Amino acid sequence: MNTEVTPARRGILVLALIAAVMGYPFVFTSNYAIELGMLVLLGAFLGQAWNVAGGFAGQFSFGHAAFFGTGAYCSAILVSTYGVNPWLAFALAAVSGAVVGGIVGALSFRFGLRGSYFALITLAFAEILRVLADSVPITRGGLGILISADPGWKNLQFESSTGVYYFAAVLCAISLLIAYWLKTSRFGARLAAIRENEAAASALGVNVFWQKVHCLVLSGAMSAVGGAFYVQKYLFIDPYLAYNINRSVEMLLISMIGGAGTIFGPFVGALAIGLIGEGTRALSTAPGLSLVVYGLILILIIGFLPQGLIGLTSKLRRKGASNAS
Amino acid sequence: MWEFLVSAVINGLMSGAIYVLVALGLTLIYGVLHIINFAHGSLLMLGMYAAFFAWSMLGISPYVTLPFACLGGFVLGYLLYRGVIGRFSAGKDENILLITLGLAIIIENLSLFFFASDTRTISMPGGDDIIIIGWLMISVPKLISFVAALVLCAGLSLYISRSDLGKAIRAVAKERQGARVVGINVERIYAISYGLGIACLGAAACLLMTSFYVSPAVGHAFVLVAFTTVVLGGMGSFVGALVGGLIIGVAESVSGAFLGEQLGQIAIPLIFVLILLFRPTGLFRGSQ
Amino acid sequence: MNKRDIQSSRVPVTDSRRRRTLLGVAGAAATGTLGFPGLMLAQPAPVRLGLIHSITGPTAYNGQHCRAGALMAIEDVNANGGIKALGGAKLEPVLGDSQSRVEVGVSEVERMQQQGIHAYQGCYNSAVVIAASQAAARYGTPFVVDVGVSDLIVNRGLKNVFRLSPGFGSCVKDGIATLDAIGKSSGRPAKSAVLVHESSEFGASTTKLIQAQLPGIGIEVKDVIAHDTPTRSFDNVVMKIRSLSPDLVMHTGYVNEYLLLARALHRFRADVTAYSILGGGFGAKLVREAPEASAYMLDFNHWYNPKDARVAPLRKRTEDLKMDFIFEVYCAYNAVMLLTDALERAGTVDNEAVVASLASSTWSDHFLPYGPTKFVNGQNQGGAAVGLQVLDGEIKVVAPSAYAEAEAVFPRPKRG
Repeated sequence: MNTEVTPARRGILVLALIAAVMGYPFVFTSNYAIELGMLVLLGAFLGQAWNVAGGFAGQFSFGHAAFFGTGAYCSAILVSTYGVNPWLAFALAAVSGAVVGGIVGALSFRFGLRGSYFALITLAFAEILRVLADSVPITRGGLGILISADPGWKNLQFESSTGVYYFAAVLCAISLLIAYWLKTSRFGARLAAIRENEAAASALGVNVFWQKVHCLVLSGAMSAVGGAFYVQKYLFIDPYLAYNINRSVEMLLISMIGGAGTIFGPFVGALAIGLIGEGTRALSTAPGLSLVVYGLILILIIGFLPQGLIGLTSKLRRKGASNAS
Repeated sequence: MWEFLVSAVINGLMSGAIYVLVALGLTLIYGVLHIINFAHGSLLMLGMYAAFFAWSMLGISPYVTLPFACLGGFVLGYLLYRGVIGRFSAGKDENILLITLGLAIIIENLSLFFFASDTRTISMPGGDDIIIIGWLMISVPKLISFVAALVLCAGLSLYISRSDLGKAIRAVAKERQGARVVGINVERIYAISYGLGIACLGAAACLLMTSFYVSPAVGHAFVLVAFTTVVLGGMGSFVGALVGGLIIGVAESVSGAFLGEQLGQIAIPLIFVLILLFRPTGLFRGSQ
Repeated sequence: MNKRDIQSSRVPVTDSRRRRTLLGVAGAAATGTLGFPGLMLAQPAPVRLGLIHSITGPTAYNGQHCRAGALMAIEDVNANGGIKALGGAKLEPVLGDSQSRVEVGVSEVERMQQQGIHAYQGCYNSAVVIAASQAAARYGTPFVVDVGVSDLIVNRGLKNVFRLSPGFGSCVKDGIATLDAIGKSSGRPAKSAVLVHESSEFGASTTKLIQAQLPGIGIEVKDVIAHDTPTRSFDNVVMKIRSLSPDLVMHTGYVNEYLLLARALHRFRADVTAYSILGGGFGAKLVREAPEASAYMLDFNHWYNPKDARVAPLRKRTEDLKMDFIFEVYCAYNAVMLLTDALERAGTVDNEAVVASLASSTWSDHFLPYGPTKFVNGQNQGGAAVGLQVLDGEIKVVAPSAYAEAEAVFPRPKRG
């Protein structure tokens, strides 16, 4: 059997995916299911944001909440304290994420941090931002910022569950396009070279420092957009919600479980995590036990599918090919 | 005014000692296995529960529980490495990071299930004793922890540098392939090292229980500090962990005293960032 | 019912997890009314009350206690014949766990909504309350806040939100007035204070209010110290406090930090009187675990009415569950009773009618030290906290005199 993934096959798969995402709210009509879908799409978006740096460029970050939270706060502060138009604030949030991404990247890479050291420094940056957010008046410190509810698209607030779902779908689609661009562009090729072997890439003439900084700028901007979306959905932000480590870990997990460095990895990962989460909650209602199952599954996936779930398809393909021959 | 500063420094040394104890295991594990043990905080928590239950159900003081906690920690660490970490990671660093993360989630939530979420404390006789020197007041349990940190550090250092096992460990830490070539069972050394690291946590847990509380989430309070200590001191260096932990304790304490406790919390991640940027190998190069 | 059951939602009630279908298509039909005309002798359809609390996560202890209180109240209401105005309809709890997280709390609302919930109660964490009640507002479902301290919860123009317990603002005002009264009647009023607070919403906003109002009763604020949650050591804070020698230290923090500070103050022989407003860690557990450190501590906090006969049996039931009789328990209990009263007066489960019934509520059959309920913008104006002190190893109400069990000892005796 021909198991090769031709461009035609790939195109069909993509179309099927689009149809599935678009059609989901018509099949699963309860607000509860639609909002779950929204969370998966948001997860996929944020996972992709992490993937830009972690998967495509191999820069493993443990502190992406730093960018997420900055976007959330930027948007919240502009909208609630300064009355800026929410759409404009949304765009500015992306800029804020880009700036913070650039700073973190420039500092870390200027001093040659890699691997575990880079992971740890991003962790520290997120923590610093959390403490700052807790202490400075502009964020209203520990009180958090509440955005007045005024549903309607002109306020970038969502009247219906389907509305927020499709907005998240659009964000997710944009992130997939960005990933596709990374996979096929020269910039992406340079990042891949850096990921595989930084010294060799440098020897080949790649300006390693700037490429890495650019990639963090992009990754930061995307994460910040996710943060701004979160604020417009839940209308409240505080330092814990913005910058806590679980936020960073989630973004990382989604991408790693699905398949870092691939286009659809984060989507698959978000889907898997969503299903696992719901499944374990349905199976067991004991406190904490569902999270235990979740951790177990994580370990098993890492142990047996280190390429992530996407790797499963290529494993099966190889098996199919070897069976055929 | 300067009395206040001295108090802050002394308090910092006392809290720093705890950081040292928690960081010792972490630095050993990093030095040998080159992994960041994300499960460190939750394993500390397990040790603290052990100390708590020994007290509440058997009436045993944490100081008496200590050697048992070390032994138990060693066995647990060894088994965890052999059974989970070593087996599932296929040797890749990112995998190990995530596996230890998964372990942390599992341990913390199993604890939530078995122990429930309320905090527990020990109120042992002598727990509130203080030594008064003029205007200076020092808590006795914390002083004991301080001394214990020094002793443990020295003991571990000596053991690693003098014993045969220590030699093997150092060999593996320095040059894994080379060690394999000369016949050292690298996987076994890894497991032993991880076990030793968790044994250190057992000691830290018992000492911490004398003046702190335990709940399933208690590990979170110490994880970042432990990482910072290790990076500051130099990954793999015990002396580094000692000096690093004490410096951090003092820095946290003094900045808390003068910048305000809330903003003072920024000292730790800030130190972390500065060290990583300007001297990532830390103060003492250790077994890099 | 025992504690494990509460934690694992294994009480003999409908669990939203078991009932719902994974896809939610058919689920929408499972609303509360069994309107089949052919069913004779049908039990009147139960009133479904969605309980959303943090059963797991960092505030699991508090969330579990809220749930326990609510469930005991539901048991009692049902044992007493249910909602009589609805033909004896039973209250049916639908359990939810917010995991102390906003997204999950909101998701629980959506999940329960799909099953036809008639009212919500929750959630302990202010951020979760804010988001979850906002979500419920879309459907107009009444949302009774049992515990949720932020004042951002009310005054949002949401008609469906009702908070039974008093908010920050009035607690602080009354707490300061009580401090003044206690000081004056002791003949040795306090002149200076140091404020310590945890840095998030709860601590920050309470302390801001306190700081503004203390000068009004002649107390100078010598310092304000913010700390993280979690905090590893309060030794420095205590050193600072001792160096400032205030008459009072006022701490607003969560359980663990409150305990640590109390013990540190005791250990370092700080001769200050501890008076907290909405102390956050003050309670039976503190007294039990740190009897010496907690002696003579004063707190102005939510409490029950010690003169009501229903308190003792409820306390025993709670302790039989191996849980602590803390305000999460009886606040949640009374919140269910509030809703029950509103249902009785509304005579229907229709959202708008119940909301209107709550809005016009003047319920006074509670065992809290409150007047009759009166909701303005969602906040019960009739609520009040009381002054408490740890005396002889027990917590006693010391103010106001209508509910006092003992006289306050102020300032605390010098530590030997």
